[in-house]
Amino acid sequence: MATAAAPGLPTLRQMLNATLKELAAQLAARKVSSVELAQYFLKRIETLGSQLNAFISVDPERSLAQARAADALIAAGSAQALTGIPVAHKDIFCARGWLTTCGSRMLSNFVSPYDAHVIERYNQAGAVIVGKTNMDEFAMGSSNETSYYGPVRNPWDTAAVPGGSSGGSAAAVAARLAPVATGTDTGGSIRQPAALCGVSGLKPTYGVVSRYGMIAFASSLDQAGPFARTAEDLALMLNVMAGFDARDSTSLERAPEDYSRALTRPLKGLRVGLPAEFFAEGLAPDVARAVEAAIAEFKKLGCETVEVKLPNMRLSVPVYYVLAPAEASSNLSRFDGVRYGHRASEYTDLADMYRKTRAEGFGAEVKRRILIGTYVLSAGYYDAYYLKAQKLRRLIAQDFVEAFKKCDIIMGPTTPTAAFNLGEKAQDPVQMYLSDIYTIAVNLAGLPGMSIPAGFGAGNRPLGLQVIGNYFCEAQMLNVAHQFQQVTDWHLRTPPGFAQ
Amino acid sequence: MEWETVIGLETHAQLSTRSKIFSGASTAFGAAPNTQACAVDLALPGVLPVMNRGAVERALRFGLAVGATINARSVFARKNYFYPDLPKGYQISQYELPIVAGGSLRIVIGDREKIVHLTRAHLEEDAGKSLHEDFHGMSGIDLNRAGTPLLEIVSEPEMRSAEEAVAYAKALHALVRWIDICDGNMQEGSFRCDANVSVRPLGSDKLGTRCEIKNLNSFRFLERAIDFEVRRQIEVIEDGGHIVLETRLYDPDRDETRSMRSKEEAHDYRYFPDPDLPPLVVSEAWREAVRAALPELPAAMCERFINDYGVSEYDARLLISSRDFASYFEAAAQRLIELNPAQLGNEEEARRNYGLAIAKGMSGLLAAQLNRAELDIAHAPVSAAQFAVLHARMIQEVVTSKSAREILLALWESPQTDESAIDAIIEAKGLKQVGDADELGGIVDGVLAANARQVADYRSGKEKAFNSLVGQVMKATGGKANPKLVQEILKRKLEG
Repeated sequence: MATAAAPGLPTLRQMLNATLKELAAQLAARKVSSVELAQYFLKRIETLGSQLNAFISVDPERSLAQARAADALIAAGSAQALTGIPVAHKDIFCARGWLTTCGSRMLSNFVSPYDAHVIERYNQAGAVIVGKTNMDEFAMGSSNETSYYGPVRNPWDTAAVPGGSSGGSAAAVAARLAPVATGTDTGGSIRQPAALCGVSGLKPTYGVVSRYGMIAFASSLDQAGPFARTAEDLALMLNVMAGFDARDSTSLERAPEDYSRALTRPLKGLRVGLPAEFFAEGLAPDVARAVEAAIAEFKKLGCETVEVKLPNMRLSVPVYYVLAPAEASSNLSRFDGVRYGHRASEYTDLADMYRKTRAEGFGAEVKRRILIGTYVLSAGYYDAYYLKAQKLRRLIAQDFVEAFKKCDIIMGPTTPTAAFNLGEKAQDPVQMYLSDIYTIAVNLAGLPGMSIPAGFGAGNRPLGLQVIGNYFCEAQMLNVAHQFQQVTDWHLRTPPGFAQ
Repeated sequence: MEWETVIGLETHAQLSTRSKIFSGASTAFGAAPNTQACAVDLALPGVLPVMNRGAVERALRFGLAVGATINARSVFARKNYFYPDLPKGYQISQYELPIVAGGSLRIVIGDREKIVHLTRAHLEEDAGKSLHEDFHGMSGIDLNRAGTPLLEIVSEPEMRSAEEAVAYAKALHALVRWIDICDGNMQEGSFRCDANVSVRPLGSDKLGTRCEIKNLNSFRFLERAIDFEVRRQIEVIEDGGHIVLETRLYDPDRDETRSMRSKEEAHDYRYFPDPDLPPLVVSEAWREAVRAALPELPAAMCERFINDYGVSEYDARLLISSRDFASYFEAAAQRLIELNPAQLGNEEEARRNYGLAIAKGMSGLLAAQLNRAELDIAHAPVSAAQFAVLHARMIQEVVTSKSAREILLALWESPQTDESAIDAIIEAKGLKQVGDADELGGIVDGVLAANARQVADYRSGKEKAFNSLVGQVMKATGGKANPKLVQEILKRKLEG
């Protein structure tokens, strides 16, 4: 094979902050090979990444094999937008031949025999799996402290949490351990860590990305989405991930769309809805200031603001903590030690095997949610909890329907505060649950939501602006975010210590 | 005190789809353990169920066949419990909103008819199988059956005896095969019943406490289990005890039921709508397309056979014992009408005469032969057309009914497809009946000469002796004599 001129160090350094489009151009021009890119990021994971604990699995052999295949595609001139690009995948996605743990001891020995839809799509696009990222156990957590593999640290301040549950993916992108990453969002698990790590993250409309092969936490809320630095990159990733999949009955059959198509559209006349409930008690002053400054930028871009009301949003945390555990308690029943995964080494009979296996295999937060979920579904409590919560869920969704009659897009803070310290909320589940107060309602309604970098708060920790669109308005949200990123540079900042 | 038995049945009919209810794995019976269990059936992390439309269509067929309401929207729920052969830790079933509601089934007990109402029928998946032998103290799990589609059909508690319960189960069994939604193979577990049994003082309108007897996979076990359970319950109550609400198992070896678990031990299944499956929506168009494709149902066919072909109710019921049997009848009757061997001018008369002839032939000659050969009519070596030709030759008095049996057996031994085979066999075996009066007269003379005693008996008034003489003549002709002619000649000669 004819080799292009060996890339010098400067070329690789350029890769550090390159967008997907730039990387693709470098690959196409043979300035760099996919193998070199993979080696470069694998090296960063090994050296710089060790202090972050952002990855559960790296498998250089597998990654490089994929990279070699990608190089062949590029050489043959059949590259697509993501061919040869390293991507980090949350360890919630089953990937054939990869250890797929979901952050749990329960699956600490589970090598998936099949690919999730999301993995399949990235593989088909020629992307290279650079590793599987750390996460809260079974995606249950907002700080990445519930992982069996230990907490992830925030690249901006290793004393701080990266957020969760997709903390590993957010930290990896922030620290440039991978150009982009995938995550999942059940109550804010993409948007919250994106905000706390200063990257961009998008949770699409429920049903846009197939859940096939994505280990279920709360099936009616779970949705996969991308992490990147820029909205432009998110659009390219969504182009790969989105689309109908007959293997997921909740996947929506819609015509494929190009999520990049509206990026450059001017925002003049766009009506931005500001829910009063987003700016009430509990919002830290630094976050409030950053969000207000961002909104001022949008006004400069020609947007109008309108006040909207989400009166039932205050119910979203309690509703969520009935419904999500209810579904989880049932979804996690399959982890019983019978067919795969962890099994207790000694037991007296079947019931004892179940008891010990699950006692050993699950961590405290997972057990707490299984207990809550089992309780709310029990005879005599079902109506008072589960059924009531379902009714309130519809009211919460209806609030958004009303709000979108007055505006085109909704904005507010992603989180009430900047990243908190490791251990700070670990012993107080309710405080922890409240860190998702602005994101959960979006999942309950099934709406698309995203978080984009909007500044820095106390301790120079990043802050996020949440952008909520109407159903299937991802392209418009990406347009809004992209226009914002043309006039701000928060998304381009690199955490000190990871800039080289 | 006199007691009344109250029985309701829950029947699991395995739907005859080629793949499972929520996965693409095969449902074929008898494969090596765990070779027909895909990632979905194994409940690997991340897999999701996808509804099999074929299973829904079969449920619709059933609902329409029993005159039930088809719910335009029904919901799949999760029934949560732990067991090693239940891979997901929950069974997907329909709970609050089943696809089929109501409906009824006509059953026949002896010569009595009864309408049994249905509560509902819902779709669900089967579990796998636990194998407790041959594993040295461990259990084996076979997940081939996991995810097999089932229709659970629930009756109202309207049966009043084991006999009625069996009649209901048989009628249901015949129906699911008739509408081709279940192969009905009870040994393989494709059709199995749970019986809810209670007793109460005769005349009481309050239901007694019931026991549920699980997994009865033959009509005989169903009958015996209920009989035992009724005796047991009456005994308990008459001894001053109470019936406990519980699940019981029937042990065929000891012919008794025994307790499996009581209500206190019953699971809280924590049913809730399965978030992986959107509500099942059946459009009017789909429902009507299924209705249009339904075969004529047994009850309607039974009535038509009685009205159109003049068949007795008893014979009509036999003819509709299966769809194959019924279509064989119609095909044979139609062919016989075309052949019109008696040259009847009146169309209705033709239909009635020929229909009756075929019905009689099927309930007698053919049914007996099928039973002996343990064959289903679909595999009978004699085609409906051949059967019609055979009857035509009898009506034309070409062969006697005795010879007809011989022809049938000959064809059974070496099957041929063409209907001309009948005439070929008559020819080859020389079975054409002897209808020549002169020839017969000579034979009769010989018989009379050889049986002087019977002749004397007859003449002294013993009518029976006549039959014996007819028999002798028939024997002498190898069964080929025209019986009517034989009687005529005999009578003339004896009385002349």
